Amino acid sequence: MTAEKHIEVQDLRLAYGTKEVIHGISFDIYRNEIFGVIGPAQSAKTSLLRCLNRTIDFSAEATVSGTVKVDGEDVRRVKDLYGLRRKIGMVAPLPVGLPISIYDNVAFAPRCAGMTRNGELDNIVEQCLRQAALWDEVKDRLDSLGTKLSGGQQQRLTIARALSHQPEILCLDEFSIAIDPVTTMRIEDVLKELRKNMTIILVTNLTQQARRLADRTMFLWNGEIIELDSNEVIFSDKTKDKRTYDYVMGIFG
Amino acid sequence: MTVPDSKQPANFSFAVREAHRPAWAVFGERTLTGLIYLCGISAIVFVLSIFVFVFKEAAPVLFGGKFSLAQFLFSTEWYPTSEVNKRYGVLAMIVGTFSVTGVAMVIAVPFGLGAAIYISEFCGPKVKETLKIVIELLAAIPSVVWGFIGLTVMSKLIVQYTGAPVGVNILNGGIILALMSVPIIVSIGEDALKAVPDSFREAGIALGATRWQLIWRVLMPAAKNGLLAAVLLGVGRGVGETMAVLMATGHAVHIPSGILDSVRTLTANIAAELGEAPAGSDHYRVLFLTGVLLFTLTFAVNLIADLIVRGIRKK
Repeated sequence: MTAEKHIEVQDLRLAYGTKEVIHGISFDIYRNEIFGVIGPAQSAKTSLLRCLNRTIDFSAEATVSGTVKVDGEDVRRVKDLYGLRRKIGMVAPLPVGLPISIYDNVAFAPRCAGMTRNGELDNIVEQCLRQAALWDEVKDRLDSLGTKLSGGQQQRLTIARALSHQPEILCLDEFSIAIDPVTTMRIEDVLKELRKNMTIILVTNLTQQARRLADRTMFLWNGEIIELDSNEVIFSDKTKDKRTYDYVMGIFG
Repeated sequence: MTVPDSKQPANFSFAVREAHRPAWAVFGERTLTGLIYLCGISAIVFVLSIFVFVFKEAAPVLFGGKFSLAQFLFSTEWYPTSEVNKRYGVLAMIVGTFSVTGVAMVIAVPFGLGAAIYISEFCGPKVKETLKIVIELLAAIPSVVWGFIGLTVMSKLIVQYTGAPVGVNILNGGIILALMSVPIIVSIGEDALKAVPDSFREAGIALGATRWQLIWRVLMPAAKNGLLAAVLLGVGRGVGETMAVLMATGHAVHIPSGILDSVRTLTANIAAELGEAPAGSDHYRVLFLTGVLLFTLTFAVNLIADLIVRGIRKK
């Protein structure tokens, strides 16, 4: 593959207090690919994402070493931190509708970035909610609280929100746990559309989802990369490491 | 816990468990339930009985015939000990109470909420602990000490810097009351902000919000009920405070024309005169009526606040 590197991770280590949870991992993510990350609980999948947009800074006891580069720029030296975060759309594993109206939830990021014209905001809100397959359900009650939505709806709301600032990188952390299979398929179709404009990192416990969507998949286990390869290899019997095969086939995990 | 048999009605398993428990456990649980019920009810009983008692003391003058409620509420003439023409008008004191509380809130609300936001969102853990302890200490200072500070220190400063003829006035009382309400607003406001889940903060930050945007657009809406409660408890303190305002506001019965005028508040009036009014006299009963008025005012403030909070929630 000769694609351009979008994210470069080199020897990334992360410790919470004295407990190291990521043990020096290195990998690259190419522009406009869908990059699957699979692995059992405690394999530091979510922590890895938090290192990307530096929300890891909010864990006072966390220490990070190694480098993470986005567009060739080290995220720990980046001057415009807010700009970096706007570049990365993040969908958190717990559905977190902010306690403001549905409309404000989606308009939050554009407003923070300084957009105030209502016409433009209306368009963005509608477009993002449509992409997240939520528009039809909420179009008549955009004024009601985001926290009042059901779990699955809140999760789709966070997807709409993550898309609202037109990120270059979209991180989806277990985006479909609370969403029914039919709607999930609709969103997956949207993701296939979106990859034309952005790089997508898909963290998931559903190995089949990674198989359906991703170009390459990384198998993380206990903070180490067991295997990273194209889907044809990972989801076949040609895996280099037997653990990958076993995990994907459901023999352990 | 056993899984209830799906063929049986849901409460069947309960009945079985109840029957197998020893009699003392059932009895103990019922007793405890009863006790807790009593504790809950007692608050209502106390509030009602206080109201009834105060109202009972005030009732004879209210329904005595000579007394006019309109004069009581809308006259500024307060001459309870006049030989020839006793007049009981508390309008000046109502204005006094509201003006002192108003000044206090103008100072205390921004200060208190600002401090709450600083403590909860900006400062490090060490500063946080120190500040919280100091602020709790501030809340523990008795009101008479505050009054003393108002009477001696603050009044001199006010005379020096504003040129007012007397230092005990609305401004003085307002500042003292503000200093007393700030700790309440800070500690309750901080609790409200602390109760906002970190996931909200992280979600906002991940969307590219700056610290201020996060506070303004996420934390304030999320904590608004708690913050409103903090402000209202501050107002409650302001309306109800007696000793400090009695000493700091100058105790003069007239409608103030500016912030540097002396006033008398409803509470201070009761505290100062009840000891001198002969029990059972009209004067005594009118003072109790003032108590009823205060009660009504605080009730109205709470009710309005409740309605506002409900209004916000509905949205």
